[in-house]
Amino acid sequence: MREIVEKKVLSENDRLAAELRMRYHEQNILCVNFISSPGSGKTALLERTLASYTPTHSIAVLTGDIQTDNDARRLSQYGFPVRQIVTGGTCHLDARMVERHLNELGFSGPGVLLIENVGNLVCPSSYDLGEAAKIVLLSVTEGEDKPLKYPGIFHRAALMILTKTDLLPHVEFDPDLALENAHKVNPEIEYIALSSRTGDGFDVWLHWLNALQHKVQHSAAAINS
Amino acid sequence: MHEIGIASSILECVKAEAQRRAGVQVIAVGVRIGELSNVDKDALDFAFEVLTRDTPLQALKLEVEWCPRRQKCINCAEEFLVQDFNLACPKCGANHSTCISGTELDVAYLELEEPCAKS
Repeated sequence: MREIVEKKVLSENDRLAAELRMRYHEQNILCVNFISSPGSGKTALLERTLASYTPTHSIAVLTGDIQTDNDARRLSQYGFPVRQIVTGGTCHLDARMVERHLNELGFSGPGVLLIENVGNLVCPSSYDLGEAAKIVLLSVTEGEDKPLKYPGIFHRAALMILTKTDLLPHVEFDPDLALENAHKVNPEIEYIALSSRTGDGFDVWLHWLNALQHKVQHSAAAINS
Repeated sequence: MHEIGIASSILECVKAEAQRRAGVQVIAVGVRIGELSNVDKDALDFAFEVLTRDTPLQALKLEVEWCPRRQKCINCAEEFLVQDFNLACPKCGANHSTCISGTELDVAYLELEEPCAKS
């Protein structure tokens, strides 16, 4: 006898993520979720991003790793609240981990919450953290075909950031081909190329983040009024 | 490799549903997995087997329906299967479509044992 269930496998995570999303709306927080392979430059991007803001800005960071608090130590030098999430073997962040660490962080907005996921292009894409946008990073030392090899995350991401562009003269990487591949998976994906080392392209990235923050705050204001 | 977590969420769902139907034996659970869900079927089978071994759910079968990516053309409403990342509509050639299938990660059904009539 067959009985229809029709439930999301990750319905518990989705429920918690929906609560987080509601909380971000109420507290006027823009939350973005950075996802990439290990070593694509997520922490370096966050470092330069934080360095671009003055302490009067309201920004907080949650950074996930399987082990060590190295990233939190790197990121906490900039004067903003940072908390390390050590997953102890789990290959992704989930909504429960974010909720717990967000409470400990004591960040209540309005402002920007940057979440650096565990370095992994597969598993983090399945777990909604209540974010307004997933941002996928691809560095020029990787292959242009990564979007085709890992379509799940490129399909879900709002923005693809090509990192380490200062290395382009030294590697055989074709940015146009990488973007073409990303568009095959997700025609809507936006694209920014930058170098966290030289700062090239950073103005475009900060403008993108700023514009999204205004958009989110505008919609939160409309909902809360 | 998050299939252990996915398998464990499927089993939690089975247990919760079984509890609501006390006394009924669940024989199989049917799940839908989309091509874009980042879940590997073989790894999921393996995780499911490991997590149910030597437990009361040892006999539970996992039935997987694999869902390829399908798009719906915004221009002519044609629904089509995506092969080799070709998102162009096979009917009108337009390149504007929305994803209508391929991201599934759902528990679709439970197969329950018919309750035996008491003599």
